[in-house]
Amino acid sequence: MAETTHRSHPTPAAYWGIALFLAVVTAIEIAIPSISAFDPVKVPLLLGLAIIKFGTVVMFFMHLRYDKKLYRTLFLLGVIGVVPLMVIMLLSMDAL
Amino acid sequence: MVVDTEKDLASGNPTGLWSWITTVDHKRIGLLYGASALIFFFVAGLEALLLRLQLTTPNGTILSADAYNQLFTMHGLTMLLVVVMPVAAAFMNYFIPLHIGARDVAFPRANAFSYWLFLFSVVMLLSSFLLGGAPDGGWFGYAPLSTQLEEFVRMDYYAIGAQLLGIASITASANFIATVFTMRAPGMTLMRMPVFTWMAVVVSFLLIFSLPIFGVGLFQMFFDRNFGGQFFGGTGDPLLWQHLFWLFGHPEVYVLVLPAMGIVSEIFPTFSRKPLFGYPFVVFSGIAIGFMGFGVWAHHMYTAGLGPVAEAGFGVATMMIAVPTGVKIFNWIGTMWGGKVKFTLPMMFAIGFVSLFVIGGLSGVLHSVVPSDYQQHDSYFVVAHFHYVLFGGGVFGYVAGAYYWYPKWTGRMLDEKLGQWHFWLMLLGFNLTFAPMHILGLNGMARRTYRYPEGLGWEFWNQVATVGSFIIGISFLFFAWNLIKSRKDGRVAGNDPWDGRTLEWSISSPPPVHNFDEIPVVQHVDDFWYRKYATDDEGRAVRIPDVTGGTIAAETDTGGEDAHEEDMHMPSPSYYPVVSAFGIVFMGYGLVYLPGGWVAVGIGTLITMWGVFGWSLEPVTRDADHD
Amino acid sequence: MTSEAAPVEAHDTHDVRPIRKAAMWVFLGSEAMFFGSMIATFLLYRNTTADGPGAEIFNIPFTSASSFVLLMSSLTMVLAHNAFEKRDARATRIWLLATALLGITFLAGQIFEFTEFVHEGLKVSTSSFGSAFYMLTGFHGAHVAIGVTMLLAMFFLSLDGRLYEDRGLNVELIGLYWHFVDIVWIIIFTVVYLLQV
Ligand code: HEM
Ligand SMILES: [Cu+2]
Repeated sequence: MAETTHRSHPTPAAYWGIALFLAVVTAIEIAIPSISAFDPVKVPLLLGLAIIKFGTVVMFFMHLRYDKKLYRTLFLLGVIGVVPLMVIMLLSMDAL
Repeated sequence: MVVDTEKDLASGNPTGLWSWITTVDHKRIGLLYGASALIFFFVAGLEALLLRLQLTTPNGTILSADAYNQLFTMHGLTMLLVVVMPVAAAFMNYFIPLHIGARDVAFPRANAFSYWLFLFSVVMLLSSFLLGGAPDGGWFGYAPLSTQLEEFVRMDYYAIGAQLLGIASITASANFIATVFTMRAPGMTLMRMPVFTWMAVVVSFLLIFSLPIFGVGLFQMFFDRNFGGQFFGGTGDPLLWQHLFWLFGHPEVYVLVLPAMGIVSEIFPTFSRKPLFGYPFVVFSGIAIGFMGFGVWAHHMYTAGLGPVAEAGFGVATMMIAVPTGVKIFNWIGTMWGGKVKFTLPMMFAIGFVSLFVIGGLSGVLHSVVPSDYQQHDSYFVVAHFHYVLFGGGVFGYVAGAYYWYPKWTGRMLDEKLGQWHFWLMLLGFNLTFAPMHILGLNGMARRTYRYPEGLGWEFWNQVATVGSFIIGISFLFFAWNLIKSRKDGRVAGNDPWDGRTLEWSISSPPPVHNFDEIPVVQHVDDFWYRKYATDDEGRAVRIPDVTGGTIAAETDTGGEDAHEEDMHMPSPSYYPVVSAFGIVFMGYGLVYLPGGWVAVGIGTLITMWGVFGWSLEPVTRDADHD
Repeated sequence: MTSEAAPVEAHDTHDVRPIRKAAMWVFLGSEAMFFGSMIATFLLYRNTTADGPGAEIFNIPFTSASSFVLLMSSLTMVLAHNAFEKRDARATRIWLLATALLGITFLAGQIFEFTEFVHEGLKVSTSSFGSAFYMLTGFHGAHVAIGVTMLLAMFFLSLDGRLYEDRGLNVELIGLYWHFVDIVWIIIFTVVYLLQV
């Protein structure tokens, strides 16, 4: 078994902790639109929180943090690649 | 432990139709891809000849406007997605595992699935001619034309057919990527891989990341046509389709040509008897082309009115992509420079590739300049340009590959005389057909015109082009005859007829099912060459005497006999890939004929699920069940 | 161990897991492009409502609840994988089933939501907004449905102890797929719902 490549995975307790963290972030996300003080920074704030959740699931639940670097490269090429392409497309269509 | 049936499988090649249908051997799948692509080349070529016949004289009467539309659309679509991509897939399938010293690709059954899905999808696309008409909106299916066409199924065939071909291609690409990154022989670092395999990797990435974008566009077209969607029509914006299409379409042109570049990068060193000049530059320029290829899509859309900023940006990016392309060309010339060049058939086609590709590349640079593109857009000048890069570049390169590797596939050489006929006729016919199109385009002849009046000064060059196109047709008859005849009558090739450099030449022709008796241990780029030759004090290659190309195993192999027995797990044949592919295409037919087709979609889903579950639960090798 | 040397060995000793995982990850990268393009389309048409309903018909509390359900299904999924690695067949089975049930709950919520919206006058054909919204969330739902099918298949196979780690259908790979479907929803929830109201 290729167990050698795995750094120690989180324990079930840690998984519950991570889920709790995700739940809290989600609660904050849901609250933000209803607090008018946040209006000017609403967009970056919500996007930032979504990226934090995204990263947490990928790193811990999908074990990307503990797995081979190759997987990271393969996945991130797509995830990071699509953003500029779509942004340029939307910019050129005056949609952002 | 290895059970006996496995050994039989490994030594003897099973025969018969069923063994080809259930095969999971990457070499057989490669040959299937190649043979299918050649047949479809003749189909798409015949379509092109009909187009040329129609245009020979003014006021042509052979084809109606409607027939002309269907034929040029299907010609373009099939040449790209059904001929050139699969022929590239044929080479990749056959040679990636051989080049990296592996026994098969990562997922042999998924590999078979890709092939069958491709084949069934093509049959579906072609069947549209008989079932209500073929797609007729151009190979790039621009909206809103493609979403408004009255005929009720034609562009649905396009939307579904291209989608299915895309799925086949994504599966194949994921397979190749996993193969190259996880199954290389010991010592085969990435920077020791043959350039062809490198280009295959780049192409796989291009496909894996560009096809999903096209897929979304096709689904949107499908929604617009069938569910009243408003992506491109109604309140939607037809420009969205153009963006999504060319986000795929431009990387696609590199998908078509990079494997051919990889092939000639194998051929030049072999026949110049010199290592590839600047190997790392060739590799990195390929990777650079891959990355940059994603950033230039809008150069196809200058006339859509993107505005000066976007046009300038995309124009500059496009001109820059010529740089890594130029790097490659210099490296090929540098490889031949000072080498002992042997003008064999593969070499002639490879040189043809470079020369014609340069001509096409130059007219391409003209297009990157926005004002000049305004003039050339949608004229025959563009038709000339893309045939120079796709046919002159692509097809010449793949034909070069066929002459180069045919001995490995069959154990016999292709006939030299027929090959010479093929080459010179093809070169002549090609230039007669497509060079005049530059002139026609600049004289104002629009692309996709099915008929033109007399007196515009277009008659002469159109006649030349038609004559040329038939010469091309004849040249390919020589090729086909050669392929068939030489299988029986060709000179016996031996393992290493060209004094080759890469690992495939170290094993017998055709290779055994398990490829390598012992997994090679690699120490160099062009490892096989360095097993055959040492360098003397003046840097000249000297043959190492007692090594006869082919039978040597790596000296450093430590495993010994039992190690080799142990890892000889060849995957067992399986019919589930065929079943899954069939189910998916069944669903596809259903989707074309909505709403009645929902029944077929349901049945197709069930068939697919049978195939997929059977496949995921069956063990890869028959004896693997015990672990 | 570097990623350079390990896989060769892995292949020869017949550990196919790293090969499958590499393919799964690159497939997910590809899927990112797929969903990215649909999200971009939605952003393009976020205000193109043609006088039909727009983002104001979203029911944020309801969608928050179903988002939470999907988020927690990632927890149960990772617990299933964890139990599987520890060879705890019973726990694996329970967590697989829990994940599937959470997935079904999410799907039920989506069907309810779609029906509501149609009643309020938002269909695929109403406007570009409608087309983009239904296509994006619909394809996501289809991914969830495929995931649920695989999870249930795993569950039934586990009843007679037929869970392998070297088959195409295995807990780890389904886990990766399932988490991916979850993270896509994380983005959709923010971009399509929270940012538009
Ligand atoms: C047998 C040699 C070939 C001949 C005689 C030929 C001829 C033609 C002709 C007459 C057209 C239609 C031009 C128009 O009306 O606008 C055309 C279009 C096209 N051809 Fe070829 N062609 C050949 C080979 C190829 C190859 C090898 C490829 C690609 C690998 C190719 C790709 C295309 C494409 C993409 C189009 C555009 C279709 C469209 O406008 O939608 N052709 N060709
Ligand atoms: Cu382009």
